[in-house]
Formats: sequence, structure tokens, C-alpha cells
Amino acid sequence: MAMPAYYTTKDKIWHYTFRVICYAIFFFLLAPILIMIPLSFNAQPFFTFTREMLTLNPDGYSLRWYRDFLGSDSWMRSIRNSFIIGIAATVVSTVLGTLAALGLSRAEMPAKGLIMGILISPMIVPLIISAAGMFFFFSSINIAQTYLGVVLAHAALGTPFVVITVTATLVGFDNSLTRAAANLGASPTRSFFKITMPLILPGVISGALFAFITSFDEIVVVLFVAGVEQRTIPREMWSGIREDISPTILAVATILVLISVALLTVVELLRRRGERLRGLTPQ
Amino acid sequence: MAMADARAEDLGPAPGTDSRGRLLTSDGTPLRRALERSMRRRKLTALALVAPLLAFILIFFAFPIAQMMWRSVDNPQIVNALPRTLDALQDWDGTTIPDEPVFAALHADMMEDLDRARRQQTIGPLAVRLNYEISAARGAISRTSRAVPNFEAPFKDDFLDAHRLWGQPELWRVIKREGRPLTASYYVAALDREYDAEGNIVRRDENRRLYVPLFGRTLALSVAITVLTFALGFPIAYYLSTLPMRYANLLMIAVLLPFWTSLLVRTSAWIVLLQQQGVINTTLVTLGFIDDGNRLSLIYNQTGTIIAMTHILLPFMVLPLYSVMRTIPPTYMRAAKSLGATPWTAFRRVYFPQTLPGIGAGGVLVFIISIGYYITPALVGGQSGRMISNEIARHIQQSLNWGLAAALGTMLLIGVLILYWLFNRLVGSDSLKFG
Repeated sequence: MAMPAYYTTKDKIWHYTFRVICYAIFFFLLAPILIMIPLSFNAQPFFTFTREMLTLNPDGYSLRWYRDFLGSDSWMRSIRNSFIIGIAATVVSTVLGTLAALGLSRAEMPAKGLIMGILISPMIVPLIISAAGMFFFFSSINIAQTYLGVVLAHAALGTPFVVITVTATLVGFDNSLTRAAANLGASPTRSFFKITMPLILPGVISGALFAFITSFDEIVVVLFVAGVEQRTIPREMWSGIREDISPTILAVATILVLISVALLTVVELLRRRGERLRGLTPQ
Repeated sequence: MAMADARAEDLGPAPGTDSRGRLLTSDGTPLRRALERSMRRRKLTALALVAPLLAFILIFFAFPIAQMMWRSVDNPQIVNALPRTLDALQDWDGTTIPDEPVFAALHADMMEDLDRARRQQTIGPLAVRLNYEISAARGAISRTSRAVPNFEAPFKDDFLDAHRLWGQPELWRVIKREGRPLTASYYVAALDREYDAEGNIVRRDENRRLYVPLFGRTLALSVAITVLTFALGFPIAYYLSTLPMRYANLLMIAVLLPFWTSLLVRTSAWIVLLQQQGVINTTLVTLGFIDDGNRLSLIYNQTGTIIAMTHILLPFMVLPLYSVMRTIPPTYMRAAKSLGATPWTAFRRVYFPQTLPGIGAGGVLVFIISIGYYITPALVGGQSGRMISNEIARHIQQSLNWGLAAALGTMLLIGVLILYWLFNRLVGSDSLKFG
């Protein structure tokens, strides 16, 4: 937003005020997350900067909360659970979601609007209602408080993201490619794996990442459906915050922020790659 | 595909057509039928691809929710436990203590229940059910059911001796009213209403109204959060949309990082910042703006809920706004200004109306999400920042009044679905994008 030469003083003041306001809002967005990173190295069990920290005295900093985290059985178990449940749920929702997106993108698909509405409903229904429904149902078929129950619940919550991202990728898909493959003698399965799959892969992967992060970050359903054995990282943080809040939470939070930065990068790279790949086929 | 030229052939059908001139495929079936068949097959393939997910969602998502909603009207307890008593109550006038036949029937019902296997007993659920309506009922029934084997005819006095509640017409009115397989009573309670002695539905006393004010507060908080996210989101979305792509993508990280960061991380960040010994209060005290003695209470109340949820939901407002603003050509504003509009008029009359789809999308999205929010209010809301979801969770996990939880949940769900329908009408669900 370069400033044009004809700006009057009033325009200039407004121009700079507006920028200050915008940067203040960006600060509001980022500061709470970033401030936890230095605080997680606090040597004292406080949630504020100590005098030693402000004077950059090395004694003010320590790794004790990270040691606490790494040495705790319940935190370690929660990491294992988060990954087991997250990966299993992602596999289920990615496979089912991709198949459904392929079907939904076909012109012959009947009742498209209705089916799409049902498939993305897990994204719209408030989590507390999904969680309550699953709690009663899963208890009645004896899969509450099991890994299976949590995985199925998270898979259901993750599928809308896969369906939406893969459907979006398929919008630009050139069907003459699969027809050409069929013409050259490829079976439908072969043309799917050789032609369709590589082209929609970026969409599938970012859908899978969304599904994974949905499960990885999900807490409401876990609160209702999971037992002590299936506690995930958010569930452990929940009890940490409710029962005795210690800076260990901040160490965990810092690690989670780093994980989300990594995931964000991957998604962004995939998006660019996908755009480039699809840009190759002239419409 | 066989090509056919059915134009001028006098000597019998042309190759590839039948006697009536219809086109045929190479194996001799009429082309129209072959196409229909192939179309049907393609339709079935498409359906077969969708079927696994559809079945999965219907079984593990839609059905559980439908089942939960059913709980809000399901009412089998009294019918199952007291069939004879309900028969005997048919002719009761509803104002006095019932006569001996009713008590005899009650005795028979309770005696029969004692013979049942433990898992099939109906008195326990009956006591729980009646307790939702009259809070002494559970104690009355469990005490009576222990004493019932020693009762002798006439039973009326024995029952009245066992617990005074049997002598109150109110209990009998509840039994008669709720002695049906379906009930409206959970909705009556969820709307802060109750039955009076004549069986009319009336509003509760002012100080016993819980849920309507809570729904009101949930709505008010959601509106406040939506307005705040709009007030904060609009300027930065506009600013981002005026920047060259490269810088915009870089600054977009400030929006996307919170979006991708764990919800609990963001909530705990606000706890760290806002609590009495937290960063903000300590900074203000150090700078001398406030005394150490009156640190601000910024958390565990409505303020905490509003601040934390505005922060958490802001990306949901910025992303749709930004994607709409990117498509608005900057030339329109310049044209308006060159035609003599002041910057404010140009903004108000030309730019702003074009951002309305984005405002609609972001606004409804934020509103829908915040109206059903559970985690953040539960952690930072204290008493005054509680929302309807917290009450639903409390009834499921602590008070165990599942019917009431289901009624509240159904009302919330219907509200959200109406909003979503509006959202779809306004912008179409295609505009939901992430990242």
C-alpha cells in the first residue's frame, strides 16, 4: 500500500493510523501464542516474567518444565495416544473421504446436495452435541472408553475436511486424462493410481492433514468418549489447566506450536504444488 | 461407437439401425437403451463410491445424534414401572389423596418389581425419573420399596406411614401426567416453565429461571464475539488485500498460526496472560497503573470468555473476508473518488457493499461456532461466562438428567441448523475453505 503523492496531511495521518491499528491487531493475534515460548523456560513456577528473566540473567531460565514433561509417564502416554488415535482416524477418514469425493464429483451423482449436507454435518453440529450423542451410543454398543470408539469418533469429525479439500481439487480435474488412459488400455484401477491419484494427491494430503489436526486437537469428544487409558495431549492439558496449572503446560504448548508451524508449512507447500500441477493443464 | 446414417435408405434398414430407423449399437441393442444402461451403471458407480462414507456417517454420527434427540421426549420409566397404578389412577380427580384401589395397585406393581432380576428392575429408573420433577421422590421411593414386603391390606395407611410424599396430590399428579410413553416435560423445564396444580404450563418464578437467561446470555456473548471479530478482522483483511501477494502471504502467517495452533494452547495462553498474577496484571502493577491490591479480574468471568474466544475465532472472520476483498478491483474505489466522492463516501457506497458476502460468511461462521462453544467458556468463563454447552455437559456428566440435556441440546442443534441454512442461502457452503 504505497502512499500516493497527492495525499494531504489528513490522508497521511489516516494512512499511518490505519497501519498502526492493523499491526496492533496482528500483535493481538500473535502475542499470546509467542509469549508462552520464553515463559516456558522460566526457572520459577510462575506465569510471568521474573526479574532475572527480564535482565537476561541465565539463572532465570531453565529447562525444568521440559524435563518435567519428558519425565512424566502420563504426558508420554498422552503423546503416544494422540498419535495412535490421530493416525488411525486420519487413515479411516482419508480413505472414506477421498472415495466419497470422487463419487460426489461425478456428474451422474444423484441427490448431490443432500448427500453433501449429510457428509459435512460433523463440521457444523456443535461438538458438545456430537460428543453427547456419541457418548450415549458408544456406551450402548460397548465401545465407549476404548481406542476403537475414539478413533471412530475422530474419523467422523475429520471426514468433512477430506471431502471438501478433495472435492475442491477435483473441480479443476481434466476428465479427458482418464479417458485417454482408458483408451490406451488402462483398467479403471490402474488409471486411478497412475493418473488420477498423482494429480489429486496434494488435495488428499492436505485433507489428511486437516483430519489429523482435527483429531490431534480434539478434546470435547475425548472428554466424553475416552477413558483414562485413551487420554490424549489436549485431554492431559485440560486436566492440567483445571487441576494444577504448572508451567509444564507452557512447555507442552511451545512444542505444539512448533508442530503446528511445521504442519502449516507443509500445507502451504502442498497448496502451491497443487496449483502449479493443475496449472499445467490448459483449460 | 457405430455411426449410422439413417437418412435416405429405401431398401430396408441402414446398417446400425433397426426396422424403425432407431440407432443401434454394434451388438444390436437400441442406442438409447444402451446409453440409459451405461448412465445407470455410472450412477451406481458414483453411489458406490459415496456409500461407505455415507453409511459410516449415518451410523456413527447421525444415528447417535438422532438417538440423543429421542431421549428428550422418551419417557418409558413410569409406564414400565407402574402399569396397574396408572390404570387405577384413570378415574382420580387430581386434587385429593387417591383411594385404596390406587394404593393396592401401587403395592402390586412394587411387589412385582421385587421379583424381577436386578437388571430388569423398574423401580430404580422410576425413582430417578420422578426425582427430576419432585426432588424428594427418589428418597421416598427407595424407602418405600424396602418396606413394601411388610405392608398389609389396606395399603393406604402403610404407604402414608412409609413416606409423607405419598400423601401429597402433587406426586400423584406427576405420576398421572408423566405416565405416558412420550413426554414434553424436559422441554417444559428447558424453557423455564412448569406445570401448575391444574396441569397448565406456567413460567417459573423469577429466581428459578435458569435456561432461558442462559440461552439469552449465550446469544449475547456470541453476538458480542461476532461483532468484535468483525471490528478487528475487517481492518486487517482490508490491509492484507491491498498488499502485494508476497507481503500478504507473509503477514497471513499472523492469522494462520493462531488458526493452526491447538485450541487448548491458545486458551492456556490467555489464562497465563489474564490471571491475577499473570503477565498483563503484573505489567500494569509494575508500571504503576493499578495497585497491587486491586489487580483486574480479567479471567474466570465474561470478560475472559469474550477476550479468549474473540482471539480464537478471529481467523474464521479474516479468512472469508480476505478472500472476498481480494476479488474487489481497486479501480472501483478510484473511479468513485475521481467522480467526486469523498474517501468515506466511496468506501461506504462502493467498497463496503461488495464485501457483504464475506461479512455474511465470516459473521455466520463465527456466530455458529461460538454459540455451541464448550471448552473455552469451561476453562476461562467462571460462573458468569458459562454458556449453554456447559450446562448440557453438566447435565450429562454430573446431574445425570439426560432427558433435560437432550432437550437443551436439541434446541441448540435446531438453532445452529437454521443458522447454517441461512449461511448456505447467503453464501453457499462452497466458500468454506481452510488455510
